[in-house]
Amino acid sequence: MAERCAVVGIGQTQYARRRSDVSLEGLVREAALRALEDAELGFEDLDAIVIGKAPDALEGVMMPELSLCDALGAVGKPIHRVHTAGSVGASTAISAATLVESGRYQTVLTLGYEKQSEGNATWALGGGRSGSQGAGGSFAPWIRNYIQRSGAPEHIGWKVAVKDRLNACNNPYAHLHMPDITIEKVKESPLLWDPLHFLESCPSSDGAAAMVLTNAAGAKRAPRPPAWVIAHAKRTEFSQFPGRDTVKPVAGVDCAKALYQKAGITDPRRQIDVAELYVPFSWYEPMWLEGHLICDENEGWKMTDAGETEMGGAFPVNPSGGVLSSNAIGASGMIRCLEAASQVRGTAGGCQIDGAKVALGHAYGGAAQYFAMWIVASEPEPKYR
Amino acid sequence: MPEEIAIVAVAQTPARRRYADSEPSMLMELTNRLLAETGLPRSAVDFTIAGSCDYLSGLPFAFVSNVDGFGAWPPVYESHLEMDGAWALFEAWVRLQMGDIDIALVAGSGKSSPGSPREIFPLQTDPYVAAPLGLDPVSVAGLQARALLDAGLATERDFAEVVSRSRRSGLSNPNAQVKKDVAVDALLKEPYYASPLRKHDLPPISDGAAAVLIARGKRARELTKRPVWIRGIDHRIDSHHLGLRDLTDSPSCRIAAKGVDLHGGPIDVAELCVRYSPEEIVLRRALELAPGTQINPSGGPLCGHPVMATGLVRVIEVAQRIREGSARRGVAHAASGPALQQNLLCVLEAS
Repeated sequence: MAERCAVVGIGQTQYARRRSDVSLEGLVREAALRALEDAELGFEDLDAIVIGKAPDALEGVMMPELSLCDALGAVGKPIHRVHTAGSVGASTAISAATLVESGRYQTVLTLGYEKQSEGNATWALGGGRSGSQGAGGSFAPWIRNYIQRSGAPEHIGWKVAVKDRLNACNNPYAHLHMPDITIEKVKESPLLWDPLHFLESCPSSDGAAAMVLTNAAGAKRAPRPPAWVIAHAKRTEFSQFPGRDTVKPVAGVDCAKALYQKAGITDPRRQIDVAELYVPFSWYEPMWLEGHLICDENEGWKMTDAGETEMGGAFPVNPSGGVLSSNAIGASGMIRCLEAASQVRGTAGGCQIDGAKVALGHAYGGAAQYFAMWIVASEPEPKYR
Repeated sequence: MPEEIAIVAVAQTPARRRYADSEPSMLMELTNRLLAETGLPRSAVDFTIAGSCDYLSGLPFAFVSNVDGFGAWPPVYESHLEMDGAWALFEAWVRLQMGDIDIALVAGSGKSSPGSPREIFPLQTDPYVAAPLGLDPVSVAGLQARALLDAGLATERDFAEVVSRSRRSGLSNPNAQVKKDVAVDALLKEPYYASPLRKHDLPPISDGAAAVLIARGKRARELTKRPVWIRGIDHRIDSHHLGLRDLTDSPSCRIAAKGVDLHGGPIDVAELCVRYSPEEIVLRRALELAPGTQINPSGGPLCGHPVMATGLVRVIEVAQRIREGSARRGVAHAASGPALQQNLLCVLEAS
């Protein structure tokens, strides 16, 4: 029954603080049309559409698949909408991949978006209550816990912030372009939630990201190299309970184990060429390197410190600039998945890691309790190192 | 050929105007009931997917606490749609098609009681030109009713007949919130609420939840003596712009009907998501249901409308009739959006 799934089209909007030049329809259509153009397909070639975004309250539009279906060419077709908090972009891509892999549909458009300038993201992220500390306020204590447990020096977070912002300078779609950023500037920026400084936090962006997914027959006809979906995994756990490890949540460990097992990966650090990890706050780079078993416990910050996660390093992380450089929440996970695909297609432009054949796309959400990950490769049966 | 997948257990709360209990507690009760009925431990459920809506409770990320209800420790393979649970059933069915996992838990839940649906639901409409007008679902249903009258496809008596039959059917449904034996003539004497609709043409405001367990062929037969097979499931959407639609018809239903091979066999029972009585007229026409098909024996959403569960309840009502042997083949319908914009059909059959 199972079919292979491949990414044959990728489209992104310009990410920005405020995309007042486009409506919501205009925003999603910009990404959708670029993805279709990349695949050299039209809306008429799509069998289904899967969209994802974070809470409806961010824009004040309830169940937006209803009002966006015309702009996405979905009239007369199946369209469904995923919502799994911050992980939603990756969950949406996985939901769409399942439609292809199951044999149900041949070609599916998947899209994630957020137009955060329409509302108040910090209010919404605080569960719609006033006096919210925002996402950073929730994560900061766990980051402090990580620092305490791992003995990481304080400059690690600053280093990630600089690396991702410099990477973003090669990405024309990135919201933030900060060629002059330095460790000093990050360190001197206002302390928002100890230990997180302003420049260690993600921006609030408008934007949309889309992919065209198809089966093996569709991939054969594709004009550009496909990225093959090798494996995907999702895991969820409760937001809180006594004894919960909030630094290295079990759901994140289980998700990575399931992913690597399905992909046949035995040594992720060696066998994955490049990773797009969901790092909305700088310290989450080392935390997810450990939390997803890419390295041993307390070793993640050493990889960052040694420059291994830089573009020329042994395990590049977020060559696109990551969530720290563009964060339209509902799109952010989708962007990780499509940047991973872009790398193995060899279409990542200035962000390209030479010879990338196997890539990881990742997102997490809620109280670091929702995880969604996929592995894509340049070959349907990748030969791992 | 698609994998054979069956509903092996169903559970729903009664529809009530207001539950003091939280949404997670309703989901916990239903999950525990399904596990008890099948004798399965939580860990035997391979995939969980739920449908709910943040806006009903007015809390962004409200669905996150629902995880507490259906259980996520040790961590589970799980997803969530901001849609009726019937769409979650669609995704679960697709996921089981891949053949590597056997059992999925599907839920839908909603509490309309914390808010005012007539104020909240205009937010479903286009935010630039429609939402500022405050065009609420009742008004849109009124426009649809008027279109039917103007086209000569229905009379106000037809609407009243739908209501009279549905509310009478509700008398035998323990989960119904509104039920009574009332004659058509009496209904027609009531004043208009949103002309040509009268108050009784509207669904009640309800809280409630529904959940089902589905399983692949061999596993389904092990778990129950009476699996109810999902023979087809399809969903489609129409344009959002009312001015571009013929409100007397449902093209998306017609496409979905082909997708599930609706007329590939006799349909004993149809549970339709009739939230406003004129919708039944539209659906009967679009689905070309034969006169012998029993429609909404549960009373349908006119007797209880737990938004986000209403569609999944239709699936449950058909499945129960097939399990009890009073029907062999039936169709469940779920809808989303103003004036039946989006529609899902699920054809169920006995072994």
